[in-house]
Amino acid sequence: MELKNAISIWFFIGVVLVVYGALILGAGIYGLIIPPAKPVVLNELHASVWWGALLFAAGIAYVVKFNPKKKKD
Amino acid sequence: MTGSIVSLGTIDIVIIAFYFALVLGIGFYLKRYTRTGDDFFMAGRKMTSWIAGLSFLAANLGALELMGWSAAAYQYGILATHWYWIGAIPAMLFLALIMMPFYYISKAHSVPGYLQLRYGNASRTLSAVSFGFMTVLMSGINMYSMALVMKVVLGWDIHFSIWVSSATVAIYVTLGGLLSAIFNEVLQFVLIWAGALLIPIIGMIEAGGWGKMVAKIQANFAGLDLTHLWRSIGSFSDNAMGIHWTGIVFGLGFVISFGYWTTDFLVVQRVLAAKDLRAAKMAPIIGAGFKMMVPFIVILPGLLALSVMPGLVGESQAVATGGHSYNEVLPLMLARYAGPGLLGLGITALIAGFMSGMAGNVSAFATVWTYDIYKPLRKKVSDAHLVKVGRWATVLGVLISIGTAYLVMQFASIMDYVQALFSFFIAPLLATVLFGMLWKRATPAAGFWGLLAGTVSSIGMWAWVKIDPQALAIIAFSPNAKAMSENMYRALWSWLIAALVTIVVSYLTKPKPESELVGLVRGCTELPSEGDYKFYQRPIFWAGVILVCLIALNVVFW
Repeated sequence: MELKNAISIWFFIGVVLVVYGALILGAGIYGLIIPPAKPVVLNELHASVWWGALLFAAGIAYVVKFNPKKKKD
Repeated sequence: MTGSIVSLGTIDIVIIAFYFALVLGIGFYLKRYTRTGDDFFMAGRKMTSWIAGLSFLAANLGALELMGWSAAAYQYGILATHWYWIGAIPAMLFLALIMMPFYYISKAHSVPGYLQLRYGNASRTLSAVSFGFMTVLMSGINMYSMALVMKVVLGWDIHFSIWVSSATVAIYVTLGGLLSAIFNEVLQFVLIWAGALLIPIIGMIEAGGWGKMVAKIQANFAGLDLTHLWRSIGSFSDNAMGIHWTGIVFGLGFVISFGYWTTDFLVVQRVLAAKDLRAAKMAPIIGAGFKMMVPFIVILPGLLALSVMPGLVGESQAVATGGHSYNEVLPLMLARYAGPGLLGLGITALIAGFMSGMAGNVSAFATVWTYDIYKPLRKKVSDAHLVKVGRWATVLGVLISIGTAYLVMQFASIMDYVQALFSFFIAPLLATVLFGMLWKRATPAAGFWGLLAGTVSSIGMWAWVKIDPQALAIIAFSPNAKAMSENMYRALWSWLIAALVTIVVSYLTKPKPESELVGLVRGCTELPSEGDYKFYQRPIFWAGVILVCLIALNVVFW
C-alpha cells in the first residue's frame, strides 16, 4: 500500500478545524454585534468567540505542519 | 419538525453538511489505497501508534458512550465512571503488554482467526457467528441512538436519520475499508472533543465549581450518594445502581472489561493495523490515556445536569408525562449552552460519535464475515475476490444493522441491553482466548466446549431470571440487584463456567504439540525485541504512568 504519498490524516483534521473555527468565530462576532433573541445560558461568556478562535488557531497549526506540498518539497 | 429541543440555523447546517462531505470525500480519496485484502481489512498494517490508538478508542466512542453514559451518570451518578476507569484501563494495559504480541505475531486477520490458529475451525466458527450477531445488534443500537438524538434535538424524522447516516457509513467503509474507517475515526475523535468539551467547561462555570455542584446534587437528591466512586458500594442497597463492589471489581473490572477490550474484534482490529509490534503495544496505552479523560465529556455533563437540571425521568415516564427523559441529557445540556455555530459543532460531534461506532462495527463485521465465515466455505479464492466480498459484506452489515435498529426501538434501557449482550458472548470468549494464549495445555476441544458452555449458560441464566425473578438473588447475590449489577455477575459466572469447562476438557483430551503453538502461546514463543529505545519510549513505562494516574483518580474521587 503506497500510503507514504497520501495526504496525512492530520492535514484533514487541520482543514476541518480551520473551517469550523472560522464559521464559529464568525457566528460569535455576529452575536456580539446583534445579540440573539433567545440567548443560551451564560451567553455573556461569548463561548463562540474564544472557542472558534481556538479551533481556528489549532487548525492553522495542523494545516501548516502537515501540508502535503511541504512534504513533497 | 415539531417538539424539538432546538432548531438549527444556517451556519449549523453548513457545519453538519461540511462534515458529511468530508467523510465521504475521505472515503473516495482512500479508495485508491485499498487494492488488496490486507489494505481493505487490515489498513495495510501501516498505522502509527497514535492513529491506531485514537482509532482504537474512537471505535468505542459511539452512541452508547456519548448518550448512554451521560444518561447513566444522571441515573446512577459518578458510579458510571467505573466503566471508564477500573472497567477499561487495566484491560487496555493488559492487552498492550501481554496479549498484543500474540495477536500481532500470529498475523491473524481477526480474533476468530486467532482462535482458528490456536484451537481449530469449530472454535473459530462459533466465535465468528456470535461476534457477527453481536456486532450487527450493536450497530443497530448505534443507529437507533443517533436517530433518537436527531428526533429529540432537531425534530428530524427517525427513519430519515437512520437511512442517511447508515448510507454515509456504508459508502465510505465500502470504498476504503478499514483504512477509511480508521482515518474517519481519528477525525471523528477530534470532532467529538471539539464539540463536546464546551459542555462541562460552561456547565462547571454555571454550577460554581465541583464543590458547589456536589452540594447541589446532595440537596436535589437527598439520601443518595451520587458523587463518590467507592463509598456507596459496600452494600447493594446503598447506591442507585444496586451493585456491590465485588461486582464492580470482578464482574466489570475483570470479566466484562477484559472481555471487551482484549477480545472484541471491533477494537482489537484497530490495533492489529499498527505498523510494527511496538506501535501495536503503544496504541492501547495511548487509547487508555484518552479513555481516562472521556468521563470529562460524558460523565461530567450527566452530573452537572443533576445539579442544574433536576427532574429528568425514565423513558416510559417521560413518554407518559410529555417531559424529558434522562436519556436525552446530553443534547439537553448542549441546547442549554451552545449558540449558533457551536450547536452545529455539538451536533456534528454526536453524529461523528455515532458514525465512528457504526463504522467500527461494520468494518469488523465485514472482516469476520469474509475471513471467518465465507472464506472457510470456499476451497480457493483470490485476494481480489475477498476484497469484493468484503465490500458486499459491508453493505450487508449496514442493511442488517438498519433492521436491528428498528428492533432496538422496543427496548426501554439501551445500556442494560448492551451489557447483557456482552455477558452472553464476550465473557466466555475471554476465558477461551486467555487460556489459549497463556496455557499451552488448553486443547482444541476444550476451546470449543468452554466457549459453548459459557455462552449457553449465560443465555440460560438471563432466561432463568426472566422466567423466575427470584433467581436474581442466586445469580447476583441480592434480590435488590439492578439490571447492570445482574449483568456483571452473570458475566462473572459465565466466565467461570467457560474457564472450568476449558480446564476439565483440556485434561481429558490431547493437547497440540508445542511446535504448533509457536507464535500463539506464551511459553512457546520467543517474543521479538521492541528495538533499542530509551526507557521513556517504551510501552511498559507509559503503562506504568497510566496506572499511577488511574490509582490517583480513584483515590481522589473515592
